[in-house]
Amino acid sequence: MARQNSSSILALPFASVLATFFILPLILVVVVSFWDYTEYSLIPDLILMNYEELFYGCFDWSEGLCTTFATYLSTFKYVFLTWFFTLGIGFGVALYLVFCVRSLKMQIVLFLICTIPFWTSNVIRMISWIPLLGRNGIVNTSLMSMGVIDQPIEWLLYSGFSVTLGFVHLYTLFMVVPIFNSMAKIDRSLIEAAKDSGASAWQIITNIIIPLSRSGIMIGSIFVITIVVGDFITIGVLGGQQIASVGKIIYVEMSYLQFPAAAANAVVLVSITLLMVAAMMRIVNVRKEL
Amino acid sequence: MSKKTQENTAGLSRRSFIKGAGTLAAASMFGGVAPYVMSNEKKVLRYLGTAVNQDKAIAAKAKEDLGITIEYIPVTTDEVTKRILTQPNSFDLVDTEYFSLKKLVPSGNLIGMNASKIKEFDNIVTAFTKGEVAGKKIGDQGTAPKKVFYKEGEKSTNFSSTPTEWVTLIPTVYNADTLGIRPDLIGRPINSWAELLNPEFKGKASILNIPSIGIMDAAMVVEAMGEYKYPDKGNMTKKEIDLTMKVLTEAKKQGQFRAFWSDFNESVNLMASGEVVIQSMWSPAITAVRTKGIPCVYQPLKEGYRAWAAGFGLPTTIKGYQQDLAYEFINWFLSGWAGAYLNRQGYYSAVLPTAKANMEAYEWDYWMLGKPAAKDIMSPGGQKLASAGEVRDGGSYETRMGGVACWNAVMDENRYMVRKWNEFIAS
Repeated sequence: MARQNSSSILALPFASVLATFFILPLILVVVVSFWDYTEYSLIPDLILMNYEELFYGCFDWSEGLCTTFATYLSTFKYVFLTWFFTLGIGFGVALYLVFCVRSLKMQIVLFLICTIPFWTSNVIRMISWIPLLGRNGIVNTSLMSMGVIDQPIEWLLYSGFSVTLGFVHLYTLFMVVPIFNSMAKIDRSLIEAAKDSGASAWQIITNIIIPLSRSGIMIGSIFVITIVVGDFITIGVLGGQQIASVGKIIYVEMSYLQFPAAAANAVVLVSITLLMVAAMMRIVNVRKEL
Repeated sequence: MSKKTQENTAGLSRRSFIKGAGTLAAASMFGGVAPYVMSNEKKVLRYLGTAVNQDKAIAAKAKEDLGITIEYIPVTTDEVTKRILTQPNSFDLVDTEYFSLKKLVPSGNLIGMNASKIKEFDNIVTAFTKGEVAGKKIGDQGTAPKKVFYKEGEKSTNFSSTPTEWVTLIPTVYNADTLGIRPDLIGRPINSWAELLNPEFKGKASILNIPSIGIMDAAMVVEAMGEYKYPDKGNMTKKEIDLTMKVLTEAKKQGQFRAFWSDFNESVNLMASGEVVIQSMWSPAITAVRTKGIPCVYQPLKEGYRAWAAGFGLPTTIKGYQQDLAYEFINWFLSGWAGAYLNRQGYYSAVLPTAKANMEAYEWDYWMLGKPAAKDIMSPGGQKLASAGEVRDGGSYETRMGGVACWNAVMDENRYMVRKWNEFIAS
């Protein structure tokens, strides 16, 4: 009993921070999403109009996908692509750091090198791709001078390609860190035992390393997915603002003082993200495995 | 062609410096209001606005002449509006655009400006008061300043169509916007807005991703293509919005646009790197491209210009001493030095005679009369903007401002328009 009391007291500071800065604002967002608005004022109300406008035309398939569905589809396309590539690269990097680099000192050095890109702002890291990939950018001019192509490749920049590249570049580390962390906890004797029993490298990875690092994989995935789902900056900068994202729609609505519409959008986005995270948590019980 | 100093072009645009990131907007939203202690000993004015007039040199000169310290609060256009509506206590003086007034005046958060306290009031250009330039009517589609110039009373929330003593904003600066082009990459004359959607420039055109302004540019194009003639481009019906967005959406699907921009610097980079050869552009961006040694023209077009205008307003909460200070600063602003400064950047000042008195004759001839430059033309920051013999793009004040077709606007169907714009981006 005493133990329970003291642990809830210990949890109190963080719980109150969460309640004030997360739960309360979230409740406000939900409340405002039912309000009405004009160009210059918010009108407390209980209407469904913001949601109706959000899903306007979404259940009439004759006209093609409605804006909201098309936007979510495009957003999820990038979520999937980013997740796929960051997971592949992140897993590979972590695997190398943990199992191929023998000395602890070297591991730390290499790990720190991975974080160097984070010393600059992520907007700068995004923007630096532009002179590289542009029509007259470094990639195109070098390919042309080597005679590989005669016309600049247009799809390098302001395309799905550049957006995906940007995301992968920005967020791979979010995958590396948790996977590295859970891999480092794997007991080396397990791997030696597998080797002694004649397991191939591939078998060791699929039968031992992946199952034992799945909490790291899951945490990394949650990071990457939740970041990309709400992104509008990378998509804007590297997609030439021609590619829709839910975040951008919310941003535009906010800048036109359409807070209730933006709130309705946010509620839908948060619900979908929560559902996704909940589904992932069902696959792997992160709490149990940490 | 309009000019702007290096300080401004470094990172700020006239109506916004929306970082692609939007991080600043977020930051100012959460923590923007600096604590402020009222003090009568210190003459301080908190000046809310976008970057165009928020020039260090102007604040320094005001300090020197009046002893007033100007504390700039630079935010984006949309953020200015949001601030006035949600935090009217956080500034003493606001510099905002006329088109936002349709949102601001009904809120009652801006007080009517007393015309009789403005010394140069009678010298304010007729483009504002009557919608005329050199005695001729100019285009008044959209939120033309004359439509929202007067209020019914000091605290009224209604506009007055007839002159009264109470003015919504005291005008400061305005200009006529058009398309920017790369003459070296196009290699032929351009003279119509329709060229923006000409398939010849497929993958090399751009439009700005700020719905209320972007749709006006699109409407200029639609009209120029002969598709439709709008009764008022600045106040479209739902049908007209649909039609305009349909034309844009088709062009987008055909791959006409390389990218959209919403930040001044993005438009500069698109143009300077050759990604784009024709796009809607703002005047300081043209200068920024040119100062890199890359040819860029602010192309006058036969269908005319899309104009914008800004002015000073005061919050309802401002009282007594602080209000006197604000009027003192506004009177100083119109007294010539600041006007000349703006004119030298290629904008136009609201009171021309006082600005003229502060400019050299050859400068006035170049900027205002459209004559070939007698000497090299320098920006206020000392950069060369044009060589002797060159003529300003678009010519004289009368030709440029006389050629205005419409004004930046807030439509009655704004809500629908924003939805349609989002649909266009998602298409």
